[in-house]
Amino acid sequence: MTEISIQRKWCKSCGICVEFCPKKVFTVGELNEPIISTPDACTGCRLCELRCPEFAVIITEVEERSHE
Amino acid sequence: MAKIIPQATILEKYFVTSTLPTQWCPGCGAGGIGHAVLQAIERMQLDPKKVVLVSGIGCNGHFTRHLRLDDLHVLHGRAPAVATGLKMARPDLEIIVIQGDGDAASIGGNHLIHAARRNIGITTIVSNNYIYGRTGGQYSPTTPKKSISTSSPFGLEDPPFELCNLMVGAGATFVARGTSYHIIQLIDLVERAIKHPGFAFLEVIAPCPTSYGRKNPETGITGPQMLQWQKENSVSIKKAAHMSEESLRGKIVTGILLDRIEPEYSAAYAKVRQRAQKGGLA
Amino acid sequence: MSREGLLLQGNEAVSEGAIAAGVRFFAGYPITPATEISEVMARRMPELGGTFLQMEDEIASISAVLGASCGGVKAMTASSGPGLALKAEGIGYAVCAEIPCLIVNVQRTGPGVGSVTPSQQDVMQAKWGPNSDNMIISLSPASIKECFWLAIRGVNLSEKYRVPVILLSDSFLGHMSEKIDLPSPEEIETMDRPRPTVAPEKYKAYDADINGVPPLANFGEGYAVRLVGNMHNKAGDYSRNPRDFDFLINRLHNKILTNLADICAYEEVEIDGADLVIVAYGIVSRAAKAAIRLAKNQGMRVGLFRPIVLWPFPTERLAEIGKKVGGILVAEMNMGQVIREVERTTRGEVPVAGLNRIDGLLINPLDILAKLKEMG
Repeated sequence: MTEISIQRKWCKSCGICVEFCPKKVFTVGELNEPIISTPDACTGCRLCELRCPEFAVIITEVEERSHE
Repeated sequence: MAKIIPQATILEKYFVTSTLPTQWCPGCGAGGIGHAVLQAIERMQLDPKKVVLVSGIGCNGHFTRHLRLDDLHVLHGRAPAVATGLKMARPDLEIIVIQGDGDAASIGGNHLIHAARRNIGITTIVSNNYIYGRTGGQYSPTTPKKSISTSSPFGLEDPPFELCNLMVGAGATFVARGTSYHIIQLIDLVERAIKHPGFAFLEVIAPCPTSYGRKNPETGITGPQMLQWQKENSVSIKKAAHMSEESLRGKIVTGILLDRIEPEYSAAYAKVRQRAQKGGLA
Repeated sequence: MSREGLLLQGNEAVSEGAIAAGVRFFAGYPITPATEISEVMARRMPELGGTFLQMEDEIASISAVLGASCGGVKAMTASSGPGLALKAEGIGYAVCAEIPCLIVNVQRTGPGVGSVTPSQQDVMQAKWGPNSDNMIISLSPASIKECFWLAIRGVNLSEKYRVPVILLSDSFLGHMSEKIDLPSPEEIETMDRPRPTVAPEKYKAYDADINGVPPLANFGEGYAVRLVGNMHNKAGDYSRNPRDFDFLINRLHNKILTNLADICAYEEVEIDGADLVIVAYGIVSRAAKAAIRLAKNQGMRVGLFRPIVLWPFPTERLAEIGKKVGGILVAEMNMGQVIREVERTTRGEVPVAGLNRIDGLLINPLDILAKLKEMG
């Protein structure tokens, strides 16, 4: 399981993470900024991290949530 | 696929985050090169104390300033000459030069070909975005013919350099090309370039949406579109071997184009010292 | 090689002086009349475990020197006027990034390609060559012995003040030979760049007060040294802040101008009681000394004021002298360059005349004597 965070102070809404996420986790907001729409679809491939020209996307591995 | 190091680790170990955000335009190709360099350095577990970045003038010169590494931001074009002096004085250091296409092949062309000729042990990464971005979009020696730029408003007639061929001709012993899109491959290429004992040259085809894309839509206008164009127009060197010259026209051939071992110059010069100290050849 | 009673050429003496000061890196490009320095270094550097690099041009040479110096190795280059023109941007970069290095200019006649004969036509180039307001140190030897000792002084000053130093020789001095006794290494005082006094993670490459010389860590020591030729703040971060500009540019000047007592050096011959004073430097000062003797025989009281450190110019001392004499004759092998500094210093309070020669031959004592009589 992963947690996706975007450093909004660094992100310039270039759209690269949105375009090239294999699972289409991101969608685009009004100002072309990335919205994390379907975080559960994230497989942790980290391509968004690597492709972000501003080093603004951070994926953190989190343990499986307990089955409430 | 080799392990990707989490960005949080890279940020914590290498970045002075107080200096971010970068000065680049949205979708700039310089970021990808930054990722590839740091992923390679971390993967190789290089001693950060021994890594020195020599950055040229231009958009691509504005990556190293965000890092907690030895960083020499030098005069436009002179990075390979500065790096040569540093390597000869301190062969123990791992020196990585990061330049743009104008910095490396225009004002810096003379130093680039001589650094290659000497086979000095430095890694030179040239981000080729076909334009002088930092100064607002003039064409450079790698800008394709017919391109529109602020200094070729009626379409460029200057024939461009083919950088990798230039480097092979100049005697570089490691020549490779990658693209911003193929980021996983790029990390591997950077790693191979750093590991190479002699002069390693890595050209990276990178997008410049603001200065090149907007004026030359055929290779895409936005960052995503330009990366998409790279994806659709790149051919690995293995595949290219079986393709006709005609079908390769306009294609980016990626991978390692040349990799041979020749004496690295600072090591070879050590023999000069030995001969001199033994009162050797007059 | 015994070190007593050697017959050395100026270019050799400059090289041996730099070696004695600890230079272990030389990068250069062939150019008459400086090539012998490269040739000496091509032999001596590897002998001493150092590095000689013949680069593709003079721009690459100063660039390689800057790289080596950042690695912690004392480094130098040498050329002539045209080469100094090419190196100007690199020297200006060294001023802003505060990277120690020694640059030797064996001056030749110009303008343009000119000729390989001697001249002093690059003295203003040494001060104003690079773009913008620069503050460098420039030395002017007048003998083989001074070629040796001023090379040492040049390297030491460049390290102590983190500044490029330009040693101005000339084609005649560079190629003439004189006897010299080389001192043993223990007799030579060498200086090194100020070392960091803080922990690596706190180190900033430009952290100094408004008159200070910031400590310089070398690459590869874990200080994450950020050296840059763009306008920068104390950390070496790229800056657009006007206050950073003002502080940096003033500090680059102040660190030299507030240490004139340590930096400046000049020679005075029979200044007290002189009616006229010759201002001459480098090779021409030798003819001036002979002219003083000739003038004395003819009942004229003439003194010599010889700047040894040409930049920063010994303005204060010359101003004092200007008040006590009836006239100043500035003899130089150019169309009149240092004379401007003399006129600026003496502010019209004393007549200043120039004796200039640019035909590739040396100014000789009789030329000077004739002019002194004219000034009578």
